[in-house]
Amino acid sequence: MRWLALVLALALAAPAFAVQPDEMLDDPALEARARDLSKGLRCLVCRNESIDESNADLARDLRILLRERLVAGDSDDEAVAFLVDRYGEYVLLKPRFGGANAVLWVAGPGMLLIALGLAAAYLRRRRNAADAGGAELSAAEEAELERILKT
Amino acid sequence: MYVELGHFALILALFVAVVQTVLPLYGAARGRPALMAVAEPAAIVQFVLIAVSFAVLMRAFVTSDFSLSLVVANSHTAKPLLYKISGVWGNHEGSMLLWVLCLSAFGAAAAWFGTNLPPTLRARVLAVQGSIGVAFLAFILFTSNPFARLPVPPFNGEDLNPLLQDPGLAFHPPFLYLGYVGLSMAFSFAIAALIEGRVDAAWGRWVRPWTLAAWIFLTVGIALGSWWAYYELGWGGFWFWDPVENASFMPWLIAAALLHSAIVVEKREALKSWTILLAILAFGFSMIGTFIVRSGVLTSVHAFATDPERGVFILAIMAFFTGGGLTLYAARAGALEAKGVFAPVSREGALVLNNVLLAVAAFVVFVGTLWPLVAEMAFGRKLSVGAPFFNLAFTPFFVALAIVLPFGAVIPWKRAQGARAVRPLYPVLVLAVAAGALVWAMQTGRSALGPVGVALGLWLVLGAATDLWLRTGRQGWADRLRRLARLPRADWGKAVAHAGLGITFIGIAGMMAWQQEDIRVAREGETYPFAGHEITLREVQQVEGPNYLSTLAVMEVTKNGRPVAVLTPEKRVYPVAGMPTTEAAIDNGFWRDIYLVIGDAQAGGGYAVRAYLKPFANWIWGGAIVMCLGGILSLSDRRHRVAAGARRAPPVAPGQQVPAE
Repeated sequence: MRWLALVLALALAAPAFAVQPDEMLDDPALEARARDLSKGLRCLVCRNESIDESNADLARDLRILLRERLVAGDSDDEAVAFLVDRYGEYVLLKPRFGGANAVLWVAGPGMLLIALGLAAAYLRRRRNAADAGGAELSAAEEAELERILKT
Repeated sequence: MYVELGHFALILALFVAVVQTVLPLYGAARGRPALMAVAEPAAIVQFVLIAVSFAVLMRAFVTSDFSLSLVVANSHTAKPLLYKISGVWGNHEGSMLLWVLCLSAFGAAAAWFGTNLPPTLRARVLAVQGSIGVAFLAFILFTSNPFARLPVPPFNGEDLNPLLQDPGLAFHPPFLYLGYVGLSMAFSFAIAALIEGRVDAAWGRWVRPWTLAAWIFLTVGIALGSWWAYYELGWGGFWFWDPVENASFMPWLIAAALLHSAIVVEKREALKSWTILLAILAFGFSMIGTFIVRSGVLTSVHAFATDPERGVFILAIMAFFTGGGLTLYAARAGALEAKGVFAPVSREGALVLNNVLLAVAAFVVFVGTLWPLVAEMAFGRKLSVGAPFFNLAFTPFFVALAIVLPFGAVIPWKRAQGARAVRPLYPVLVLAVAAGALVWAMQTGRSALGPVGVALGLWLVLGAATDLWLRTGRQGWADRLRRLARLPRADWGKAVAHAGLGITFIGIAGMMAWQQEDIRVAREGETYPFAGHEITLREVQQVEGPNYLSTLAVMEVTKNGRPVAVLTPEKRVYPVAGMPTTEAAIDNGFWRDIYLVIGDAQAGGGYAVRAYLKPFANWIWGGAIVMCLGGILSLSDRRHRVAAGARRAPPVAPGQQVPAE
C-alpha cells in the first residue's frame, strides 16, 4: 500500500501549504513586509484567499514575484502596483477608493449617519408624544385579562 | 421501493403545505374556526411527511444505495458511518431537504406550543409558515429532486468532498439551517401581525423566544464553522469574510438586532413597525444566504450561469417573500401606533442605538459581499472585496457597540439621569482602561489591537457582572447574594450573553495581535526553539486510514525541558475524491494554543513544518458558547414557561369562555 501512497502523492501533485520555507527572504524586515503585503493580495484562482494563505501554485508564483520586486528595491506601493498592472484590480483584497468604489467605502459611514438621524428623529417624537399608555382596556381585553388571572 | 415512498411523502407534504396555507388564511379572513383549525394538524402532518422523506434519504446513504444518483455522487462504501449520515446534507439536494425539514419542524413546534395564541393569529402564522414550505418544497421537487434514480447503478460512489468529512463540519449545516429557518417564524409572526394590523406587547413576547432560538442556533452554527476553519484549513484563521460566511453572519446580526427591539415592543409597546421590518429583513437575509450558497453566484458569476434554473427559482422565492413582505409592510405599517413615551437617554434609547449599530454593521457586510457582483455587472470592473476591507469597515461598529453596551444595559427605562445611572460602572470602566494600558505597556511597539480588545472585552464582562449586581437591591451582602440567585433567568441570560461577547472580543483581539509563527525545514530528530517552547520532529510515518492515506508527523513540544504535548499533524490524501487535506495538530490551552502543521518532504531532506502560537484562541469559541448559554438561560425564563404551561391548565368553565373575535 505504501507504493500506492507514493504514486498518488506524485500523481495528485498535492499542493503544498501556503508560504514555503524556500520562498522566504533572508532579510527578516523585507520578509515581514512581503508577508504583510501578501495578506492583502488575492490568489486569483482561489475562493477568497490571499496569496499568503493559499496553497495554489499560482499563489506561490505571486509570492515569489512580490519578493523579487521587494528585493529589487521597490517600495510597498510600487510592488503592489506592479502586480495590479499585470493582474488587474481583482488582485487587491481591499478595493481602491477610486471611481465607483467610492460607493462601497461611503456606504457604511453614510448609512450610519442616516440611521442616526432617523433614530434621533424617532427618539424626539417618542419624547414629545402624548402619553397613550393609560388607555382603557377594551371589553375583549378585560375578559381576556380575567381569564388569564383565573387560570 | 422505499425510495419512491420517500419521494411520494415529499410530494404529499407539498399538497399538505398548500392546504396549510390556503384554508387557515381564508378561515381567518372569514372568521371560520373550523377552517382555521386545519392549520395545526396540517403543520404536524407536513413535518411528519418531510421527516419520513428525510429518513428515507438517510437510509439510502447509510446503506450505500447506489441506485440513487445523489448517493453515488456523494458517498462511498469505505466512508465512516458518521460521514455517511452527514453526507445526506453535504450536497445541494440533501441540504435543501434538511432546510424544509427544519422549516416544517418549526411550523410543527409553533402548532404544538402556540395554543395560547389568539386563534386568528395562530392560523395566520401557520399559514404563512406553510406558504414558505410550499415554495421550497416545489423548489426541491421541480429542480433538485434528491430521489432521482440511476438506470444502471455503479459498484461504488464518488465519495464526499474530504474537507466535509470532519466532525465540526458534519454538524455545522444543521445548526445553521435551524438558525436560518428559525427566523422564518419571526417572519411568519410579522406577516400575520401585518395582516391582523395589530402588534402589541403580547406579540413581542411570542415572537421573542422563536427569534432567540434561531439566534442561538445561528451562533452555534457559525461558531462550529469558524472552529472547523481554524483547525482544518492549515494556518489557523477563524474568519475569512467569505461570501458564504457573510451569508450566515448577516442574519445573525439582524437577529441580534431583532432580539433587542422585540424587548422594546414587549416592555414598552414602541419600535413596533421597526421590529416588524427587522423580522422581515432577518428572514430575507436568511434567504439571500441560501441563495448565495446554493446558486454559487458570488463564488463566480459563471457558476450561476451553469445552473440558472435553480438560481432563478430561489431568486423568485426570495423576491416573492421579501418583496411581498415589504409591500405588505409599506401598506400596513402606518397602522401600528406606538404607545410608550420615553426620553432619548433611557433603556429604550440605548436599544435604539444598539439596533442602529447592528443594522448598519449588517448593511456594511451586505454591501461588501455584493459589491464585486454589482461592480462587474454595472461598471465592468472585476474586483475583490476581502478581509482587509471588512476588518476596516466593519470593526468600528462593534467597537462602538462594545463601548456603549454596558452603559445601555444598566440605565433605566423611560427616562434616565444619564450621569447618575452609569455611576456604578465607573470603577469597572477605570479597571478596564487600566488593564488595557497595562497590556499596552507590556507589549512594546505592536498594534493597538491587543490592548483595545482586552480593555473592551473586560469592560463587557465586568459591565455585565455589575449589571447583575445592581439588580440585587441595596441591602447587605448576604441579602444581595441571596437575591442574585433568585433573579429572573432573563436577567442572567442577558448578563451571560453580554459577557460572552466580551470573551470573544478578547479572544479575537489576542489572537490577531499576538500570534507567533515559525516556518522552516526540519529533519527527523531535529529540535528547534519556538516562542518559549522547544519543538522536536520525532519521526514521520505513512499511515493508512479507512478511506485516506496519511503522512503523519510525531512532534514533541517541551517547555524548558518539561514535556508539554506530543502532537501528530497529518497531511491526508483521499484517493477516491483525489483531494489532499491538512490536519493540523493543536495543543489547546486556556491562554494559548500551539498549532502544528506538517508540509511536504523537501528536496534536500527533511520536511517543511509550521508552528503557530495562538494566544487566547479558545476564548473566541468559548465566548460563543457563553453567548449561547446566555440565550438558553433567557429562553428558559419563567415568563416563557408560564406561557407554555398555560396550555396544560384545565380549560375554563364554558360560561366564562371568551368568544373568539
